[in-house]
Amino acid sequence: MNLWNRLMCYCRRRSPWLFHMNSGSCNGCDIELVASLTPRYDAEQLGVRLEGSPRHADILCITGPVTRNSVHAIETVYGQVCGPKAVVAIGSCPATTNVFIDSRTLDGPLDRHIPVDVFVPGCPPRPDAIVQGVVKAAEILAERAAKGPVFEPGAAPDSREVQL
Amino acid sequence: MNLETALARLLIFPGLLFSVPVAWFFLWVERKAVALMQGRIGPPFMQPFYDFIKLLGKTTPARSGVSGLLMRAWPLLAVSAAGGAVGLLPVLPSSGGFEGDLILLLALMEIPSICIVAAGFSSRSIFGEIGSAREAVLDVSYNVVFLLAIVSIGAAQHTFRLEALAQLPPSPVLYLGVLAILVCLPAKLHINPFSLPNAEQEIYSGPMTEYAGPELAMWELSHGLEWVAATGLVATLIAPHVTVWWIGAPLFVAFSFGVVLLLSVVAAATARLAIDTTVRFYWQCTLIFAVLAISSALFMRFRS
Repeated sequence: MNLWNRLMCYCRRRSPWLFHMNSGSCNGCDIELVASLTPRYDAEQLGVRLEGSPRHADILCITGPVTRNSVHAIETVYGQVCGPKAVVAIGSCPATTNVFIDSRTLDGPLDRHIPVDVFVPGCPPRPDAIVQGVVKAAEILAERAAKGPVFEPGAAPDSREVQL
Repeated sequence: MNLETALARLLIFPGLLFSVPVAWFFLWVERKAVALMQGRIGPPFMQPFYDFIKLLGKTTPARSGVSGLLMRAWPLLAVSAAGGAVGLLPVLPSSGGFEGDLILLLALMEIPSICIVAAGFSSRSIFGEIGSAREAVLDVSYNVVFLLAIVSIGAAQHTFRLEALAQLPPSPVLYLGVLAILVCLPAKLHINPFSLPNAEQEIYSGPMTEYAGPELAMWELSHGLEWVAATGLVATLIAPHVTVWWIGAPLFVAFSFGVVLLLSVVAAATARLAIDTTVRFYWQCTLIFAVLAISSALFMRFRS
């Protein structure tokens, strides 16, 4: 790995920009994600920035059990995030659909639709768990980008083995 | 000023080689000041550098045709205009300059704003278009005050040459003009309370919504360079004139830093205003202020 790639890997780990997406969540995890940016947890120390546009983001944070209505939106937004990118599923809902399991309005869990890198379980998870998950996702993203060619949007997902 | 000194000023000091690290430093100061005001620790010192390098390594969505070409051109134009504006600042005493370089500086400082308006419209995103419309309205309202303030300072000294203005002895007209410029700077730099065009979470990212990767990195850099140019202009006007360069240059940086700190604290302490309130603020309150400055400058000029 040459110097430029090492620098790039270092910077990618230290500058994760998030885009938050709700796929039918009860709002509990959304509040906890915002709480991780507040003075008590202060995720900005790690370079985390909550971005308004998916085009700017590196890490897509998805909450909620993936309702039928939101499937298309999730796929669109996942395609809009530019590579290299990673996905963090926040809460038990996107991991297992939680208490809504077997509901006919759901099309979850999340990893049926897009590759998920990190699951942060909990109902809702604590803000420090979310911060840890984001940092882990940034590490995965940097390592994956350093290893192979740049992760193209829509390319074959290489993180299926992380499935629960 | 011959070609060599002009190139040295544009590329080395106070041009690109000096101003890019300073731009990152000011972006960090802005974020750190907001964090400290909110009782947080804030980003590490190198954060804007990490962000810049990371953005360079990201892919951009494939775009074709004229609009794709334009979307790649606007951020580059903004960076070069802002870099040129920094290069014109008379940091080193007796470093040359020419009659009317203040007017060129103002024109170059205006180009990034125009690029942002054009960029939002050429991205064809609805949020980009809303952001661009807001930016255009904001531009029209604060620029009247900003230009009147500059004209009043220039009229008091009978010159539009930056170096002569840097040597201007402190006077009530100068302070009035600098105060009017300081009122305009939050709007020029799109920070609170006038962060309407890039109102994050409200209209996604405004004109920047569709930009990604290296293009976004260029926008961040041009924003940083705008900080250096705008605060540098204020520092030029208020810093005491020193003929020794190794005192003058650090003094210039220190004054710029003070202005950045002041603006960041104001940004952290205020919330975003709506567009009609902003326009009313500039047209009703500060316009009176600017007219006062220019009339006193003209009065002083005719009396002398």
